[in-house]
Amino acid sequence: MTVSAPCAVIDKEGLDALVAALVAEGRTVVGPTVRDGAIVLAELTSADRLPYGWGVELDAGRYRLVPRADGAAFAHSSGPQSWKSFLHPARERLWSADRTPQGDLSFTADDAEPPSYAFLGVRPCDLRAIAIQDRVLTGGRFEDSGYGRRRRRALLIAAECTEPGATCFCVSAGGGPAAGPGYDLALTEVVDGYGHRFLVRVGSEEGARLLAEVPHRSADQVTEAAACGAVDAARGRMGRALPTVDLRTLLGASLAAERWDDVAARCLTCGNCTMVCPTCFCTTTEEVTDLTGDHTERWQRWDSCFDLDFSSLHEGPVRSSGRSRYRQWLTHKLGTWHDQFGSSGCVGCGRCIAWCPAGIDITEEVAALHTELGAETER
Amino acid sequence: MTAVPVPYRVVERRRETADSVTLRLEPVGDALAEFAPGQFAMVHCFGRGEIPLSVSSVQATGGLAHTVRGVGAVSDGLCETRAGDVLGLRGPYGTGWELERARGRDVLVVAGGIGFAPLRPLILRALAEPEAYGRVSVVVGARTPADLISREELERWRTAYTGVTVDWPDTAWRGDVGVVTQVMGRAPFDPGDGWAFVCGPEPMIRATARDLAHLGVPPERIRVSLERNMRCATGHCGHCQLGPVLVCRDGPVVGWDMAEPLLSVREL
Ligand SMILES: Cc1cc2nc3c(=O)[nH]c(=O)nc-3n(C[C@H](O)[C@H](O)[C@H](O)COP(=O)(O)OP(=O)(O)OC[C@H]3O[C@@H](n4cnc5c(N)ncnc54)[C@H](O)[C@@H]3O)c2cc1C
Ligand code: FES
Repeated sequence: MTVSAPCAVIDKEGLDALVAALVAEGRTVVGPTVRDGAIVLAELTSADRLPYGWGVELDAGRYRLVPRADGAAFAHSSGPQSWKSFLHPARERLWSADRTPQGDLSFTADDAEPPSYAFLGVRPCDLRAIAIQDRVLTGGRFEDSGYGRRRRRALLIAAECTEPGATCFCVSAGGGPAAGPGYDLALTEVVDGYGHRFLVRVGSEEGARLLAEVPHRSADQVTEAAACGAVDAARGRMGRALPTVDLRTLLGASLAAERWDDVAARCLTCGNCTMVCPTCFCTTTEEVTDLTGDHTERWQRWDSCFDLDFSSLHEGPVRSSGRSRYRQWLTHKLGTWHDQFGSSGCVGCGRCIAWCPAGIDITEEVAALHTELGAETER
Repeated sequence: MTAVPVPYRVVERRRETADSVTLRLEPVGDALAEFAPGQFAMVHCFGRGEIPLSVSSVQATGGLAHTVRGVGAVSDGLCETRAGDVLGLRGPYGTGWELERARGRDVLVVAGGIGFAPLRPLILRALAEPEAYGRVSVVVGARTPADLISREELERWRTAYTGVTVDWPDTAWRGDVGVVTQVMGRAPFDPGDGWAFVCGPEPMIRATARDLAHLGVPPERIRVSLERNMRCATGHCGHCQLGPVLVCRDGPVVGWDMAEPLLSVREL
């Protein structure tokens, strides 16, 4: 973490006041909370719903909540959901069409005002994931207007990472436990002999305005040093790492690799990895008609490149083997994403590792590809 | 996904073959921006869904035509529409043929089956300005004589060469039998200097482009139109990926220099 603009410190009451201020402004505050044995993202009406005193234990195919003695609110890694559940929801109506008795049609866009979200506790990896989805869904010639409307109104309060999980590898994915650009406010949680508090950095005018509304004090050296120290230590405690090679070149050269057969023998093509991935954006559309037959709606819903129908043409699917579908996912994520959208599609959050029912580990697969193809892809 | 469809009325429906029709459309209100030959629209059939269809004719008035082959729910629904029905269109999407780049050179058009549809407006443009292009040749293949689209037009057009071939002749067929690549060589065409435009089933595109490249046509002058599953056409749904390419955005028309390495990987 680098401290540039003067920082502030808030305590737990300050966090309560922050959530209260956001709610009072009419924002829909979303943040982590404990539900059904996991830390999920849900609407928060007050800061007491935060997962104080909960951490997580992660491994390939494994996710468990564990109590923490220090009572920290943000000392857990990413859970099964990401912010795309709100910005790029799993189901969304795009438009509807009505037919008059004369047979004329009118089309109506679904452009209702979306909620003004305030996301509390956005991990640095997820901050990068949001920036990646911004490029995909709003950065090209056409904009996904629903996403764009929700995104422009959203306020992002980051929580820097001090407790990486065993499946985390953000550092080797080009990020890190410190919050990069894009936040309105960034919090770093500190719990020590001097109390439970949050170092606050301001990233936007809106963030500054909000901070001014809640009780805060200017940052003291002890808090700053503790916060910086915890984030720096987290950088060295990543549970996993991608090989430090040019992944775009490696994946580009991998299309005939034998490793794809190996992973295909384990992969269930269930698509869990694409659902939990904070950058996977693929959708399909469906037509929903009412009983009168004169009203029809166009719905968009998440889709997965692991689905056999995903690549269907009338002759049949282009990618019928599991091998080709896993290869599509991984080569896209780490390779062709660069060609399509100007960056990698992976932020190293580790969700795909934790939520794979077969425990397939993206870092291990890439390492195996590197071992198999190593010499050919060194530059 | 962003744009809402714009209503277009079917003003004429012409049956082309047993499973395909050409629908001539006029905007009910404001027209979409003008389509270039090779570009496509997302065409919505009420209650059925929306599919990508290339334009098979473009009028200066804002009217256009689609030639559609019924292969499933939406395309069958479109084939069943009648004059007076209203459809919803979004577009124009994707890259066009960019015929202008071939000015002053020979033009060779090779089409297979319904792949003739997107090439039709290109042929009309080239023939409308005979002095602007070298020799314009058209080679068309179909499964049977009954599957040939725009047969009368093919006979009427004043091309330098028109070759028509079928896989399965009927008793009345006097023309060629076999694949387009066997006929293509007869077209008067300077491989080192001309431009080729190819659309049809993927195996046909591959065979045609390979043979043309073998004859010495530079791969970037072999323009091919690709087909992939498409849900959005705006670069957001991920369905149309072909390696690094989003076909709805970077295609459907691409050079063989770009397509060849991608189409040669199985199940990419
Ligand atoms: C850029 C482009 C231009 C095209 N131009 C024409 C044209 O001018 N004339 C024409 O007749 N056809 C054209 N097609 C093909 C046409 O879009 C498909 O035949 C149509 O989408 C099939 O949809 P359906 O609902 O009728 O069939 P479905 O009921 O969807 O089922 C048929 C099968 O096709 C699969 N499918 C779904 N979406 C697509 C898709 N987008 N493309 C192909 N298969 C799909 C289905 O999964 C299913 O397996 C074009 C396709 C593209 C990508
Ligand atoms: S059709 Fe959706 S990305 Fe190309």
